Amino acid sequence: MIDYLKEIISGTWSLFVGLGITIKYFFQPVVTVQYPRQTLPMTPRFRGHIELVRDEETGGTKCVVCGMCQKACPSGCITVEGEKKEGGKGKVLSEYTLDFTKCSLCGLCVESCNFGAITFSKDYNLAGLRKEAYVFDLKKRLEEKK
Amino acid sequence: MSLHPEVIRLLIFLVGIIAFAALNAAYLVWLERKEAGHIQRRIGPKEVGPFGLLQPLADGIKLMTKQLIVPAGVDPILFKIAPILVMVPAIMSFVTIPYGENLVARNIDIGLLMIFAFASVNVLGLLLGAWGSRNKYAVISAARVVSQNVAYEIPMLITVVTLVMITGTMNLHEIVMQQQGGFWNWNILNLAASPLMPVAFLIFFVCMLAETNRAPFDMAEAESELIAGAFTEYPGMGFGVFFMGEYANIVIGASVATILFLGGWQCPFGLFPGVHWFLLKMYFLIFTVIWIRWTYPRTTFYSLLNLSWKILIPISFFNLILTSAMIKVF
Repeated sequence: MIDYLKEIISGTWSLFVGLGITIKYFFQPVVTVQYPRQTLPMTPRFRGHIELVRDEETGGTKCVVCGMCQKACPSGCITVEGEKKEGGKGKVLSEYTLDFTKCSLCGLCVESCNFGAITFSKDYNLAGLRKEAYVFDLKKRLEEKK
Repeated sequence: MSLHPEVIRLLIFLVGIIAFAALNAAYLVWLERKEAGHIQRRIGPKEVGPFGLLQPLADGIKLMTKQLIVPAGVDPILFKIAPILVMVPAIMSFVTIPYGENLVARNIDIGLLMIFAFASVNVLGLLLGAWGSRNKYAVISAARVVSQNVAYEIPMLITVVTLVMITGTMNLHEIVMQQQGGFWNWNILNLAASPLMPVAFLIFFVCMLAETNRAPFDMAEAESELIAGAFTEYPGMGFGVFFMGEYANIVIGASVATILFLGGWQCPFGLFPGVHWFLLKMYFLIFTVIWIRWTYPRTTFYSLLNLSWKILIPISFFNLILTSAMIKVF
């Protein structure tokens, strides 16, 4: 008899404890991020597709067209073209194309670059209707970014 | 030709009651979704209108545009009459509920009895709808509803009998008038009549949840097991009317609990009694009903019946005997 009553009372109490927990959550602020209208800042180590880094001194790219990234890429999705600079030594970047349809975001290109000229972007809104939209002209991208 | 003022009064009350029931059904769905959202730290409906307030309207239009399919093999009469059988008793029960001192359609001397008489028709509606749908899920659901309601009607009515013994009347208006003053005069704290009154309120509330098939006792439409239980075959507004009936029954249950235990339209401090106090208490109880739904998981069917037969019925019987002894002695 005592056990019967004890069980009822402890059971009822546990139900009230449960209600207490949910009402606490009820009054806490919501954690929903309403995606298209609100966005969270991307984490620093997020790996988007690669992009060229701006050289703060010259305002152009840091790339010297050594072609290491092109060689390092296992999928062959990077194409680097350069022109001989007039009156100076070395080459100037004329074209940097990334075929993102083949890229697996391995990051070997970023690792292989000795000049810190490429990095991962934070771009993730990449929906598109045509395959051609995923061949990025990274030089143009860098210029447009100004 | 001039209408008798009594006829006009009845017409106004009829329209008012139907509007109240429909409005409550619509906005309790909104409240349910909003409250569920916030308990889970989400937002809930927000796109349609400010705070999603037009969501019930959008849902209603969506339900109304759907084709009313009558599946092959159903009982044509029972299938169509069942939603009405759930809705009409709920609206009938509103007739005798006093929302304010003079705000009652018909003050009937046996109002309490009438409400419980109509409340049990609700089960019949569900049973007929489920049986008429020719669907196995629906029939299982109907069997559950009936046994659940039979089991929970007993402790509920014993508690009500206890209360009627204390108040000495079944007239809801008089029951409220007896609880005049402050909250210490409410029946829930009427410890002089029976020290178990708060427990009686708890029993009544639990039985109300079970009678209206609310979680954690929603065995009738246990989605994960029975699709939608008795409503499985109902399309569009047939389902909509069932749903409105369910919510109207919750409103009735909360109103009766308010009248019997929480002093109806009386103010807790004896100041400015009025319909606002009634609505405040009623909506607090409804809030609690929804709060409970989003806190507890559904029980199994056996523990549901065990709770009634092994715990609620003995305790309510004990309370009945205790109360009658107290009345006899003091």
